[in-house]
Amino acid sequence: MEEKILELFGKKLKVINIGLESFAESLKEEGVDVIQMDWEPPAGGDAELASLLDSLMD
Amino acid sequence: MSISIKEANAKAVERMQNAEPVLVDIETAEDVIPGMTKKTILHAGPPVEWDDMCGPMRGAVIGALIYEGLAEDEDEAVELAGSGEITFDPCHHHQAVGPMAGIVSASMPVYVVENRDQGNKAFCTINEGLGKVLRYGAYSDKVIEKLKWIENTLAPALKEALALTEDGINIKNMTSQALHMGDECHNRNKAGSALFIREITPYLLQTDTDNNTIKDIINFMADNEHFYLNISMPACKATMDAAHGIEGSTIITAMARNGVEFGIRVSGLDEEWFTGEAQVIDGLFFPGYSTDDANPDIGDSTISETAAIGGFAMAAAPAIVGFVGGTPEDAVNFTKSMYEISVEENNTFTIPSMGFRGTATGIDVRKVVETGILPAINTGIAHKDPGVGQVGAGLVDPPKNCFEDALRAFAKKYRG
Repeated sequence: MEEKILELFGKKLKVINIGLESFAESLKEEGVDVIQMDWEPPAGGDAELASLLDSLMD
Repeated sequence: MSISIKEANAKAVERMQNAEPVLVDIETAEDVIPGMTKKTILHAGPPVEWDDMCGPMRGAVIGALIYEGLAEDEDEAVELAGSGEITFDPCHHHQAVGPMAGIVSASMPVYVVENRDQGNKAFCTINEGLGKVLRYGAYSDKVIEKLKWIENTLAPALKEALALTEDGINIKNMTSQALHMGDECHNRNKAGSALFIREITPYLLQTDTDNNTIKDIINFMADNEHFYLNISMPACKATMDAAHGIEGSTIITAMARNGVEFGIRVSGLDEEWFTGEAQVIDGLFFPGYSTDDANPDIGDSTISETAAIGGFAMAAAPAIVGFVGGTPEDAVNFTKSMYEISVEENNTFTIPSMGFRGTATGIDVRKVVETGILPAINTGIAHKDPGVGQVGAGLVDPPKNCFEDALRAFAKKYRG
């Protein structure tokens, strides 16, 4: 397993970012190939609604 | 809390999947709609009082009062409507639905659709055709005359024909076929209307109706490509009412607009409406009309999307994109995105171009709030002035806040 991870870091990185777009932008600045998924935080980042959603997940 | 939302939603969606809406009869509204009286006027969308109604709805109320003989003319009708003597109530509170203004009054004939699975019934008036019609707020002598023809000639003949069928007409099967023939059964009803005419005509010919009247009836149905809409809508209503009232369910069971507000109801939240401002529709206008002429979103026809057709089946109707704006790829994308906010895929309504995948079924209000993806609705655009009629068609986003408010109410009720 360790070898595989080391092998991975030895190759050119190709990244799909599922999360904040700023992560993808930082990688782009480093010259990494990155694709940004169409993603936004639950409830558009509204903390109150996200908390209600948490309480209603089963 | 001991209630499992997952189990409650599974039960609500099972009711949708198992629904078997069958057109069984045509009756007079007063005789068959629960709570209907001579001075009750039902309207589309969430509750709205006379003073707050939009132009097309006010026009349709005026027309209905004249049609019922409760008023002689516009002035008398306006006075009566504002007098407090008339009870205004949403169609949805009476097992009914109505396109556009959705006005139903006591003497109007209504389709009776029975859900054979749960035994509940739903009602809707007969579609009057295009142009200057009551549902767009027209109330001229010609409009009233046509309504009387529907009441005294068309409805009795169709009723007699329906009585000759072995067991009514299965609307779920008919809608399913129409989806395979290029309809999405909200804004495009060409195939559904053709299938209905094909089904009813042999029975119509066996009735005592004279040949000239049958000719008029067939011409009337054939001239109106939306004839099927008023049959499909109560089938959807019968389906969604069966899924309503399930404790702990977050499934949306009604979406409806009154021209001022857009409202939703949620299965586990009793009869409460959650509303937001009705939006102006983004679409294509008929020559000579523009957004300035448009009334905000109106009508109960979004029961179609609630029941997994209409905008949820847009990919089945590539021909419609030219009418509502967009490309066939947009239609597929709209349809696919609806799976993100729904619980299951439909076991009867399928889309040929997507490998006969079932349409997204059972909108979960939690998923709408979580993803920010709003139900895709394609709809007709009414002129803001009474009686002008349809001026275009397009796509409309429901207001986000009604889904958020419903989620808050749900959390309050079930999580304290």
